[in-house]
Amino acid sequence: MSAGDPVNYGEAIREGFVYLLETYPEVFCIGQGLWSPWYVGNTMTDLDQLFGRDRIIDTPVSELACTGAAIGASLFGYRPIVVHPRMDFMVLAADQIINQAAKWSHMLGGQASPAVTIRSIINRGGEQGAQHSQALHSWFAHIPGLRVVMPTTVQDARDLLISSVLCDDPVMYIDDRWLYERTAVLPAVTERPLEDEGPKILRHGQDITVVGVGHSTWLSEQAAQHLEEEQISVEVIDVRVLNPFRSDIICESVKRTGKLCVIDGGWRTAGMGGEIIAAVVENIESGVLKASPVRVTLPDAPVPTSKALEDGYYPSVNDVIDAAKKLVRHG
Amino acid sequence: MRRDSDLGGLADPGRFSEPLEIAGNDAGTLLEYLRSMQLIRCAEELIGEMVTEGVAKTPCHLGIGQEAVAVGVASGLNATDRVFGNHRSHSQFLALGGDVYSLIAEVLGKADGASNGMGGSMHLYGASVGFQGSVPLVGATIPIAVGAALAAKMGGGQEVAVAFFGDGACEEGVFHESLNLASVYELPILFVVENNLFSSHLDIQLRQPSDSVARFAEAHRIQSRIVDGNDVVRVSAAAGELISRARAGGGPGFLEAVTYRLRGHVGPNEDIDVGVHRKMQDVNAWKQRCPIKRLHAAMAGAGLITPDEFDEQSRGVMSEVRSAVDRARAAPYPDKSTLLDLVYSTRARA
Repeated sequence: MSAGDPVNYGEAIREGFVYLLETYPEVFCIGQGLWSPWYVGNTMTDLDQLFGRDRIIDTPVSELACTGAAIGASLFGYRPIVVHPRMDFMVLAADQIINQAAKWSHMLGGQASPAVTIRSIINRGGEQGAQHSQALHSWFAHIPGLRVVMPTTVQDARDLLISSVLCDDPVMYIDDRWLYERTAVLPAVTERPLEDEGPKILRHGQDITVVGVGHSTWLSEQAAQHLEEEQISVEVIDVRVLNPFRSDIICESVKRTGKLCVIDGGWRTAGMGGEIIAAVVENIESGVLKASPVRVTLPDAPVPTSKALEDGYYPSVNDVIDAAKKLVRHG
Repeated sequence: MRRDSDLGGLADPGRFSEPLEIAGNDAGTLLEYLRSMQLIRCAEELIGEMVTEGVAKTPCHLGIGQEAVAVGVASGLNATDRVFGNHRSHSQFLALGGDVYSLIAEVLGKADGASNGMGGSMHLYGASVGFQGSVPLVGATIPIAVGAALAAKMGGGQEVAVAFFGDGACEEGVFHESLNLASVYELPILFVVENNLFSSHLDIQLRQPSDSVARFAEAHRIQSRIVDGNDVVRVSAAAGELISRARAGGGPGFLEAVTYRLRGHVGPNEDIDVGVHRKMQDVNAWKQRCPIKRLHAAMAGAGLITPDEFDEQSRGVMSEVRSAVDRARAAPYPDKSTLLDLVYSTRARA
């Protein structure tokens, strides 16, 4: 592959890994399936051959201890990336993520900070069901001390990984298998501090602000294209960084459009969708919103297996189109 | 139902109350052990008084009676080693050389504290002496210590990691995951179990099919030693052997130090009423196994310390701790800005 060729989202993640492993000897990867093409798609192919199995460590079936070990190594000059090839299994590591990594700096007086990146993959569809399909990003966004990023674009897939690993705080980097086939031509890497990153306008528009996180942003971009044909101009904002969450760009957009629709591939109750709406409502003057904000989310039910139920479970491009159209025309 | 004890005499409160066997040990080293244990005992007794008085409000888990474990293990460590503690870690912090004033200031939530007043008794930090952090989630620092050992091995250095935890933590899944990792990756780490025979309130006989936890080391093919945890000389020898082996690349070690806490799970009371199988006669018997008393008796018997010298040393320790308490009580609290400023690391603050 030469510079200028398009790469897909999965390959872009791998480019991020290659950049980090080539540039920083203190970076290593640890997790289940890292020597196998089975677990992480095309995102880490042959890294063990390129960088050695001492730096690309495939582990026993121990999510909790491996996450803890990465946190421990990060306290002594290393920048480990823990990989949880399926987010559901990362729940087994919750103590180390929520009670340890997120708190370490604060509870010890700011004297030590785990510079660890915890990568997890949302891997849905195909009748995988309740324990193989979850998107738990809102849960981690609730925890002070964690930084939570969800790349939507191909460039962010690479660049947010690099920013995450170079950050001195614990970062949850969450990618989504449903984005792996997106393609783009990428510029050369420029390192950017993660604390400078936040929500970004991906598409400008005047009639409505549609905000997405991760894969939902891609649905929003596709919906915006359709809606343009119907003379509805949509501003699409990608949240990118869920925690610490900054609402200023979204608020400014809503001040221009007067309408807000949030798309989130997580559950409705106490989710990121509700948080985004609340932050906007709190931070704009009353009267700015010309209609009540709307959120499109998963229904509050575990993920079903049967195709018949699964088909209607995940928000689709059409769901986004319908919600936005309704808000613009009748809101 | 009580089972037979696999620990036998080590768990029998009526045994091992005689003076320690100290023949062949350097007098200066023994005097250091004695002073270190006295300092820990005195600091924890005064912390207990402040709890009773209502001055210290954060939960304080005292290790009174267990001092020999921390002091014995610390004798084999350097300041570059990586030690992690748990909810009951005053002893490890002080045994490694942590400043008693910063410990007491931390217990009182003051800005001069070991964790800048952000941690209290249960979250201690003293990296300058090798104490890399303690937290009260049971078993939580065990995998973190494994990671510290992994980093040491990757870096090609001589550092050893140490995880201190109790018999209760051996019932957590993460303990088993961590031993497995340390063993398959042959990491330089010492797992130290202070087996004080009780979780917060429940006798180990009611929680495990054996009262000895070293069997888990064997299951993971890790070298282990079981010692009288109230005998600082034996703890030091066993820990020293396992630490040297780990430092030389021989892989992890596991030390089961059998001991007993003379106070309750948290706070200064003896907790006779809340403990299942925790009887006053056992507590009184274990007081005869006091690690300080047994070392002192041996040293006095061997002519290594006179009554006057012991009194003078005791007064010196008491005066040091009292003055630390006075200073800490008068010290300022953390600035209110630390609440939000320390959520993310300073350099990467949002």
